Amino acid sequence: MSTARKLLIFGGTVLAAVGMLYGLHYAIFVEHQTLDRMGGSLASAFVHAAERRPEDSQLALIAYRESKYDYVRQVDVHSHWIGLAMLMIVLGVVFDEVALGERARFAIALAMLVGAIVFPLGVILQTARMALQTAQLGSALAIAGSALVIVALGATAVGFMRGDAK
Amino acid sequence: MTAGTPATFSAMGESRLLVFGGIALIAAGMLFGDIFAVFVLHQNGRQTGQALLTAAQAVAAQNSLAVNAVFAHIGNLLEDRGTKVDAHVHMIDAGYLALLLALLQPYVALSASSKKFLAKLFLTGGLLLPMGIFLIHYVGMTYSPFPVIGWASILADSAGALLIIVLLAEGWGFWNYLRDRRAHPLEPDLSKDRTWERRALLAGGTVLILLGFIYGAWYAGLNLYEHENREMVILKDLLDPPTGAGGLDASVNAYGMLQAEKAVQIAAHSHIIEFGLLAILLSFVQPYVFLSERWKRIWVRVLLAGSVILPIFVLLELKLGLLAGGIADAGGVMVIVALVGMLVGVVRYTGSLDAEVRKA
Repeated sequence: MSTARKLLIFGGTVLAAVGMLYGLHYAIFVEHQTLDRMGGSLASAFVHAAERRPEDSQLALIAYRESKYDYVRQVDVHSHWIGLAMLMIVLGVVFDEVALGERARFAIALAMLVGAIVFPLGVILQTARMALQTAQLGSALAIAGSALVIVALGATAVGFMRGDAK
Repeated sequence: MTAGTPATFSAMGESRLLVFGGIALIAAGMLFGDIFAVFVLHQNGRQTGQALLTAAQAVAAQNSLAVNAVFAHIGNLLEDRGTKVDAHVHMIDAGYLALLLALLQPYVALSASSKKFLAKLFLTGGLLLPMGIFLIHYVGMTYSPFPVIGWASILADSAGALLIIVLLAEGWGFWNYLRDRRAHPLEPDLSKDRTWERRALLAGGTVLILLGFIYGAWYAGLNLYEHENREMVILKDLLDPPTGAGGLDASVNAYGMLQAEKAVQIAAHSHIIEFGLLAILLSFVQPYVFLSERWKRIWVRVLLAGSVILPIFVLLELKLGLLAGGIADAGGVMVIVALVGMLVGVVRYTGSLDAEVRKA
């Protein structure tokens, strides 16, 4: 088995397990509480508005926005990690049919692995309640990671279309 | 058929269990998704919009009790929708993982009985996880010993844990294979060929995934934050109703349109990628589809056509309305029919294989 295939299959399996563990942890310890907070703060915004307490209503709306911002991204992290891991394993099985040199295949596999780790990691950093720089770093990592995955996938598609591989 | 195929695909062996179980889970998950899209999704969206309008009217009437009652109803509607979407997604993903594990079995250095046991555990978890998620809305907190997690959630979380345990065990088996530095698989690899069907599914699947990724990046860059900001503006309008034309009704409509816009864009992104992955996975199963070349090609074309039609017409739903929705659902049905057609081919293959073994 080539190094590129090992990298994709083993990296993908570990990443799928990490994504599932992250999802399990999130489902047990975070999700229900976040959903309660999200629904509760939106309901509070409306109740306070009905009671003519505009400032409280505004604060509740901000709390809703922040909870939803986190929720959307945390669920995305879970699903993208597992999705990318599955893609890596699938490509790993068939990677010998990519009609490119061994070094190019290794570079594509490495780019796929790094992108698949870094892209969701960047999304997590976007939700961290820390310095603005952390969120910006998160965005930069997410963009770089997704670009790496797209480039690697494009190269793989070209490799498949080039004809018979060794 | 290769010489090693029977050993790899033996009766009730782990590979056969995972291929059958995987395709069945994917087909069942897709059928559930199509039924959900036709009978639940739009009705649920309309009810949510109506409830939001009632809440805004209660705000204008300064009736906070009514607001609370409406939000309890909205929460119920969102849970109903969310758990059904999750059941659909998790059942299909468990099917994909089952197919993947089937491909990896020749490289998992564990005993045959352990591999078969793990395959059964995985399929059990893959079935119980979506069932548990589906039941969350109906079981609720009945007899639950916990403050926020009900029995259906416990079932779903336990099934999820089961999947993780199996995956880690398979990873351990693969690690053993790599550590022993073996040059060849432990048992014959699943058959590989360069037929038209296999190449069409491989290339078509990769292109579908690439298109889905590019669309996803475009959505995240241009629409995600704009949608989040627009939602806040609309909610502020609902809480402090505009006095101009339309008033509350216009804000509720704008909110409904925003939710629909988000839903179709995310659905198009996720479905095109999932179908791409499915096409690649099915390319590996082609040597085991015991049908004539003509029928094999027909199912490949139907699958790829449905995989393109569904996401495109989901996106067009906002412009063309129910017509596009109907065509998208038909695309989903095409994928299901092609999947079942291939499953029938695999059943015929295993039947002929078992008959040969019995004769020998």
